[in-house]
Amino acid sequence: MFHIYCPYCEEHREEEEFHPKGQAHIQRPEDPEACSDEAWGDYLFFRDNPRGVHHELWVHAVGCRKFFNITRHTVSYEILETYKMGEQPTITAQNLPGKDKQSGVQAASGGWQTVGARPESEALNDASNQGARV
Amino acid sequence: MQRYSGFGLVKHALSHHENWQRQWRNPTPKKEYDVIIVGGGGHGLATAYYLAKEHGITNVAVIEKGWLGGGNTARNTTIVRSNYLWDEAAALYEHSMKLWEGLSQDLNYNVMFSQRGVLNLGHTLQDMRDIQRRVNANRLNGIDSEVLDAKGVQELVPIMDCSKNARYPVMGASWQPRAGVARHDAVAWGFARGADARGVDILQQTEVTGFKILDGRVVGVHTNRGDIGAKTVGCVAAGNSGVLAKMAGIKLPLESHPLQALVSEPLKPILDTVVMSNHVHGYISQSDKGDLVIGAGIDGYLGYGQRGSYSTVEHTLQAIVEMFPIFSRVRMNRQWGGIVDTCPDACPILSATSVKGLFFNCGWGTGGFKATPGSGHVFAASLAKGEMHPIAAPFSIDRFNTGALVDEHGAAGVAH
Repeated sequence: MFHIYCPYCEEHREEEEFHPKGQAHIQRPEDPEACSDEAWGDYLFFRDNPRGVHHELWVHAVGCRKFFNITRHTVSYEILETYKMGEQPTITAQNLPGKDKQSGVQAASGGWQTVGARPESEALNDASNQGARV
Repeated sequence: MQRYSGFGLVKHALSHHENWQRQWRNPTPKKEYDVIIVGGGGHGLATAYYLAKEHGITNVAVIEKGWLGGGNTARNTTIVRSNYLWDEAAALYEHSMKLWEGLSQDLNYNVMFSQRGVLNLGHTLQDMRDIQRRVNANRLNGIDSEVLDAKGVQELVPIMDCSKNARYPVMGASWQPRAGVARHDAVAWGFARGADARGVDILQQTEVTGFKILDGRVVGVHTNRGDIGAKTVGCVAAGNSGVLAKMAGIKLPLESHPLQALVSEPLKPILDTVVMSNHVHGYISQSDKGDLVIGAGIDGYLGYGQRGSYSTVEHTLQAIVEMFPIFSRVRMNRQWGGIVDTCPDACPILSATSVKGLFFNCGWGTGGFKATPGSGHVFAASLAKGEMHPIAAPFSIDRFNTGALVDEHGAAGVAH
């Protein structure tokens, strides 16, 4: 359950007041008629879908009804920041501290749930130990 | 492989069931395989099984970062049906349905496939028109399907509120008698045992960390247990497909969402079919153990955490109580989430990629379980021949650029 800060209402509200609307910062092609099939398909359907930091569009549907952006971690679900339309995020995948923790499932240490088993072997749990045979 | 039979059960009873053979080995990875399957869920294991059984390719590894069938295979609501609208999708799911019907015998493993029928309810005039259209399309494709009116639904499910006083009165339903449910874990284990017996190496707790690509051709994978060579690699990783694709420099039109499900405390037999409603947004069946198995829609945001929001669970149960007021005081036992890889047209991706020898089988979204044997069967044929099987061909990644979508949102948009 999220507790979301709406940058327009300037207060935290419950998740149920909001709707997620997918990836943020997608630019509609300036001249759709001039697009190749490839470019138009990419615009319509292809999304980043990262396992980690994600910039996404939300709408405060039963509040101020304004759209705004959230930067959120897609594994821990932690909301890192919210910002108004037209603004750029200050937190990105590149500048988030401790980003080694986001990549592999078995590199996830505490805090969030992992996908699949956490191997009993310590050597396998150690993300730096790539290529270890156990 | 030790075959299972009634006689075997009696024989092993004499030794207190302590000497059953392990169902599959736990091998050390070889340096090189003909085919590597990334992802040891139902679809991946089925692919390996059919590669070995139908195509004689046994130098195969299934690489799984967790444990077998620990992802969506173990997290779905086990509904199996094939009443899809479009010819392409109907062909794929009906192919699967036919395999389901002989699966327990084929695997020598009881997957508890129970053809108890599935109802897809209609609550509005438009629902009923869509149901008429879909049922007609199904029948033209040779799929058993009927339209029922509210009285017919009430006769099948006496405990459902089909009265006119309901907030969203039931006006009728589509009914597929051959549809039903199966035991999800048994499906993964049965395929794993069958594949292993034919020589497939199942490598659990082995995570793919990258692909070895040479001159535009895949030559192997990097894993946390060292590099493994392969001529062909098939990725069957559901929610994590996008992460794998990125490692190979491929884009996929997928979004990974949490999908939650829950089961109640066990009850005496009360519901002997599967009821799904797109309109009030929930679906329910009763397992052989007696618990009600309940699911609904995805959480709208992206999520890899295998959990979702409480409000989604609440909406799910509101829908169930709306249809079945009799369940209003049933207590829920467990709740969980999986990561579903949803596709813009609600159909899967079975496709070759721009990297030679690298194939993807993903995008099954919220409804992959029913397709497990069919998906494995056609994907294995595609990997064996190096080109897509005719049933799989319409589901290539290219369709998102050519526009030849197979838009199944009408039949599959919500409920699976």
